[in-house]
Amino acid sequence: MKEFKGRVIAKGAVTAEAVVTKQGFNTLASMQMMFIQSKTKCVDQSNPDLYKKLLQGKALCLPQTIGSTTGGMFLYSAVKSGKAPACLLFAKEIDSLAAAGAVLADVWSDDAKMPTIDKLGDDFLNYVQDGDTVTVKEDGTVIVDR
Amino acid sequence: MQLTTEQQAILNGEKGETMAKVMRTLVQYGEVFGAEKMVPVTGDYGHLVLSFGLTFLGPVFDLYQKLIDEGCLSGQKFTCDPRPYDKNVPQSLLQKAVAKFVFGKQSRYEKQLSQLGLLNEDSYTCTCYLDEIGNTPKAGDVLSWAESSAVVYANSVLGARCNRNSGIIELFGSIAGFVPYFGLLTDEGRKADWIVELQTTGCPDAQILGSAIGMKVMEDVPYVKGLDRYLGTELTDEAKTYLKDFGAATASNGAVGLYHIDNLTPEAKAQGESLIKENAKVYVVDDAELERVKNGYPCIWKNKDADPVLCFLGCPHMTLQQLKDWTDRIEAALQEAGNEKVLVPTVFTTSAGVMKEFEKTPYAARLKRAGVIVSYICPLMFMDNPLWQDKPVITSSNKLRTYTTARFYSNDEILRIITKEGK
Repeated sequence: MKEFKGRVIAKGAVTAEAVVTKQGFNTLASMQMMFIQSKTKCVDQSNPDLYKKLLQGKALCLPQTIGSTTGGMFLYSAVKSGKAPACLLFAKEIDSLAAAGAVLADVWSDDAKMPTIDKLGDDFLNYVQDGDTVTVKEDGTVIVDR
Repeated sequence: MQLTTEQQAILNGEKGETMAKVMRTLVQYGEVFGAEKMVPVTGDYGHLVLSFGLTFLGPVFDLYQKLIDEGCLSGQKFTCDPRPYDKNVPQSLLQKAVAKFVFGKQSRYEKQLSQLGLLNEDSYTCTCYLDEIGNTPKAGDVLSWAESSAVVYANSVLGARCNRNSGIIELFGSIAGFVPYFGLLTDEGRKADWIVELQTTGCPDAQILGSAIGMKVMEDVPYVKGLDRYLGTELTDEAKTYLKDFGAATASNGAVGLYHIDNLTPEAKAQGESLIKENAKVYVVDDAELERVKNGYPCIWKNKDADPVLCFLGCPHMTLQQLKDWTDRIEAALQEAGNEKVLVPTVFTTSAGVMKEFEKTPYAARLKRAGVIVSYICPLMFMDNPLWQDKPVITSSNKLRTYTTARFYSNDEILRIITKEGK
């Protein structure tokens, strides 16, 4: 078990299974088929860490998001539709697109949330592995258990 | 964040609950990046990234309806990304039927766009900054835009100031009339984190160079040295077209919102290497590196040897000169191969404004005779149809490759495939 502390972008507490990408997460490329999938799976051919893996309900551990500026609205729609990861855990400072998605979901959604923590550090991404149990606390503490 | 009295009043709900939430979103978003104030949007027009009535983006359309119902409309007119669908693009009846379902909210959404502040019916393009469209910001203008390729062009080639805003956030900035001051709006945020040393033996393919740089620097700002050897030191139409495609690749294969080209782009010309941060990292790009990057693109066609059924060029949308140049190239290549028409159904995508200008030239009839279709769509969104996922589509757009199952070839390879080999 290892504990990390980051900055809270969108507050919330959740426990979920980790799914990890060491490269930038291209939101549109990864999630554009989510609405025809029974559960959201990554369809980004350029991301071997995540390709074809389940994202919905998982603790998505990533350095940052990249790609299309539709990213924030896709994340927002995913949260509102119950198709989003359980939480987003960023090793680096969050990027503007993911921040938009997290903030939009936080401000405009009363019932569905996606806790989002950034600045967890490179150690976090080096340590966490697919299948680990990740517990996120409201103060930005992230506990990784395997 | 320090707000003005007016901004604080909006946040407190004096203009209604919905407007307060718009304000709260912008404040909370800005505070993530340490913004200490809002600054006025000074560009004449906005630009929105969401142009498609994707059935499943219902939560976004519901939010926009709330804005309309509450009178929270854009204070400036805006252009918008290309439409997703055109019946003239080759497709089966089943694909057409599925597209109708996938984009089932298109009519509703286009009505919403008109109500919110769309400039006009010809405003649907990702290259809003071209003369034919007229949403061309001035150097120093503060923008509230989204669309990664347009943002990186406005920042880098035009010298405007815009963050890589997400969809919805860009509209909120146009509604409020101000945006949080951080990142690429600030002098410090426009300094380069990377020096890219170009050591190729010829002018590199814009799409591959952009891809290589994007994947290396991610969201950082690169300062590229050596490209002026090939593009010159003036922003000619040819140089701007190259930078359009280069920038789109940096922004989609990475997350670049601004680049500087030594001796060419406006801030690099004015400030030179003083734009480079101390301890900037260095990335050397030579022929071998570009080859490595290109060879690393995966092909996820089920049958990798399949003959292509469709070719898309024009992501981002083509310029008038690109349409003319490709007409000449295709005609010459067809003649050399002894063929009359392209061997692979081929679609060039461009804005309605450029299409109208193109139609006035003799090139339009020549391109049609060669069998090429010109369309106003977004090929990326067109392919966001499950029935296109396993179809062998080819492209020379690194952006389209990134977001779809389309396979990437260089422009020369594409020309050979569509005019001579058919596969």
